[in-house]
Amino acid sequence: MSKVIFSNISKRFPGVSGAAAGLAVDRLNLVIEEGTLVTLLGPSGCGKTTTLRMLAGFETPSEGAITIGGRDVTNVPVNARNVGMVFQSYALFPHMTVRENVEYGVRLLNLPRHEMKDRVSSVLATMALETYADRSPSRLSGGQQQRVALARAVVTQPKVLLFDEPLSNLDAQLRERMRDELRAIQLRLGITSLYVTHDQSEAMAISDRVVVMRNGVIEQDDTPLNVYSRPGTGFVAEFMGKANILQGRVEKLDESTVSIRIASTVAFTLPRGNRAFRPGEQVRCVVRPEHIRVDANGAMQAKVRRVVFQGAYVEYLTDLEGQECVFLDSDYYRTGVAEVGQMLRLSVDSQPVWILPHNEAADMGKAA
Amino acid sequence: MTLVSQATPSGRTGASPAFLRKIVVDPWLFGIFAVVTLSVLVFAALPIFTVLKQAVVTDRGFDLAALAEVLTKSFVWESLFNTLLLGATSAVIATLTGFVLAFSATRTTMPGKTFVHGVALLPIISPPFVMALAVVILFGRSGLITRELLGIRNANVYGFHSLVLIQSLAFTPIAYLNIRGMLQSIDSALEDASASLGASRWITFSRVTLPLVTPAILSSALLVFVKSVEDFGNPMLIGGNFNTLAVEAYSQMVGYFDLHSGALLASLMLVPSITAFLVHRYWVAKRSYVTVTGKPTAQTIRISGAAVVLPLSMLCYAIVLAILLFYLTVIYVSFTRLPGIDNTLTTDHYATVFTAGFQTLTNSLLLAGIATPVTAVAGMLIAYLLVRKAFPGSFLLRWGTLLSFAAPGTILGIGYVSTFNAPPLLLTGTAFIVVAAMVVKNLQVGIEAGSNQLRQIDKSIEEASMTLGASNTRTFFQITLPLLKPALFTSLSYAFTRSLTTLSAVIFLVSANWTLITVTILSQVETLKIGVAAAYCSILVFVVLAILALMQLLLSSTSPKR
Repeated sequence: MSKVIFSNISKRFPGVSGAAAGLAVDRLNLVIEEGTLVTLLGPSGCGKTTTLRMLAGFETPSEGAITIGGRDVTNVPVNARNVGMVFQSYALFPHMTVRENVEYGVRLLNLPRHEMKDRVSSVLATMALETYADRSPSRLSGGQQQRVALARAVVTQPKVLLFDEPLSNLDAQLRERMRDELRAIQLRLGITSLYVTHDQSEAMAISDRVVVMRNGVIEQDDTPLNVYSRPGTGFVAEFMGKANILQGRVEKLDESTVSIRIASTVAFTLPRGNRAFRPGEQVRCVVRPEHIRVDANGAMQAKVRRVVFQGAYVEYLTDLEGQECVFLDSDYYRTGVAEVGQMLRLSVDSQPVWILPHNEAADMGKAA
Repeated sequence: MTLVSQATPSGRTGASPAFLRKIVVDPWLFGIFAVVTLSVLVFAALPIFTVLKQAVVTDRGFDLAALAEVLTKSFVWESLFNTLLLGATSAVIATLTGFVLAFSATRTTMPGKTFVHGVALLPIISPPFVMALAVVILFGRSGLITRELLGIRNANVYGFHSLVLIQSLAFTPIAYLNIRGMLQSIDSALEDASASLGASRWITFSRVTLPLVTPAILSSALLVFVKSVEDFGNPMLIGGNFNTLAVEAYSQMVGYFDLHSGALLASLMLVPSITAFLVHRYWVAKRSYVTVTGKPTAQTIRISGAAVVLPLSMLCYAIVLAILLFYLTVIYVSFTRLPGIDNTLTTDHYATVFTAGFQTLTNSLLLAGIATPVTAVAGMLIAYLLVRKAFPGSFLLRWGTLLSFAAPGTILGIGYVSTFNAPPLLLTGTAFIVVAAMVVKNLQVGIEAGSNQLRQIDKSIEEASMTLGASNTRTFFQITLPLLKPALFTSLSYAFTRSLTTLSAVIFLVSANWTLITVTILSQVETLKIGVAAAYCSILVFVVLAILALMQLLLSSTSPKR
């Protein structure tokens, strides 16, 4: 009913020079299935906010069309789109109380008075805001303001809910709690949602699908699990948390496995799936730091360059025969902390190692 | 709303130009924009161009010979020179006194700051020529000081020296407020840093503080210069043979019915005004290191050494007491039978004002009362249209309002008389034309205040309103305007004060039906009814103070609950 489709959307900002001459979004195709939450993730300037603002109606695409629930909204003004939006700054009306903020949109629907009151009080109850209803928003805590913003956005029962980095103003602990709360409410209401963030862990925790963007183009559109563990490109691998991208060579191939040589040693053997490899071929392997460990019998040898103590673990930056390799050691209390310059033997948990597709550009289409 | 989406059906959007969409998305707001822009063009730009045209076009069309003839007349060059000389001198002195006051008030432990601050602002809320009146009373031929105290029989109060004194004092508040605002907004950490690096007070002042406030000093000097060029009342009352462009243009127009010369002189006034204004806007303002937010930063180090504080305090008190003396003189004279000759106390002058002169008082209040809310709301609306909505043609609105602000009242007044004296715009003699002049002349202050405030309001607050289904127009009236309240009140106060005390433009526009208090005061002084003039002035100052206090009360009582 309220499936969102971006077809071939481009956005050019006139007078902007630099990356691709003001092309903020470049022929973007994206589907948000009914009731799901899709996150746009990427560094600043990647076009994620522009994409969100085009769905809201604040920006008009230079090319392409956007539909919500089958209705073409490309030229529909913001106030006629029936979208709810939660802003980074919350954008609560400072001259109104919490209740007046929530009522604002409902009043514009011309509902019968009792229905309006019912809706407002039920939303206030859902968000646990009843006790604050007659306060000014400036007297609420960050988390409470966040809830008011969400209450105000959902009370009109919008077709689509938009989130523009809604948690970036909260401190780390509250951010996690609000994140889970937002997701719970979104699931309960079943509203089709588009969520913009530059925080990859937030994106993974909250989304049905994660869309990684770079330079106005989608790099990968996949489930959170796949985006993390089977990145389509080196950019995605490195953007989704810490990753070592190690240069290797296909050493041995058989029916079901492939063995990879990193520098002087055969570092790991992993299932090849249904992918084609040639013996001797150069490959790039994504190895997450948490999958490398100190192991007296390990195949790889690395020299410690930097040691950062983090409490739960020690983070090592090492030199693996000319390649940088980062790994985490959460066993340090047993084995002790190594020192800079020390040689360590390392082994890799080969199961989660991911070999990047040969040609990123060619593979991108497949991933999307 | 749905109508709009049907009007511009879906599909490839590259074809329809972006600016057309802006209009289509909110036809109401565009309608408002069109009406406002048209009004500004008709009531601000058109009159000025009419005057410029009159200066170069006679019955024989574009007439260079007539122009050359006027330009050979000595009064043209003399009054131009006088205007520039007076403007430059007043600008320098007023800026200096303003700086002394501002520095003492913000950086020293001078006693009685609130008193100094209050008195220093007095000239801003009174008619510009109250000072002139006071000077005549104190230093004139039968002056309280010159004759009564010093026994001088033939004191000549009229001329350049008196004008400089009056304008310097009258325009000091402009410089004072401007420089004070910047001194307050300098992060005190900068001065602390200088001190911590071993700099003495003097080095800190000359190498850190002074360079940081230089833009405010320059901008004050330019603003005072513009004000001085524009001033009509003071040179008219006390200039004597020292004629400025404003006075000369008036006497050519009204005295000799020489429209051509009058228009040319008024056009000449545009040159220094617009130049100073443009220099201010595009050069000085860009060199500012500090953004004046009106929010004072943390307490700065106060200079408490007697060697600095004492002379500064004495200077400040001298300035303030001079201002106070002038105002008290006017009040005293308003209660005196025949100042200088018969000093018995009386309330006769007030009786005159409230009987024979009651009409002009209520006229002034009524017209200013109409002009004030119009000016303020229009100012906020224009600020919104310019800052938030870039409609095609915005530049017309921007330049139209800037022009009306930079142009002296004299050219506006002459322009109104010449433009609106024939159908379809036959407005001369009506109250409407007076109100229009008041609105147009004072619009820019509201626009500036509104724009500054708008830039501090998070744009997503308005966007939130739109996503909730409100149109642009509704968003403006329900969300933006309430948030602009402080700027709205600034604009209301300014518009009211100026509308009530303005003279230079409206003197050309008043009629038998609609005469104004300022014009009446001028004619009372000219017919030497000093007592009645003083009574009018006192009432005017009192009314302005009362209304401003009332507005302040209203603002604080309606401020959001914390």
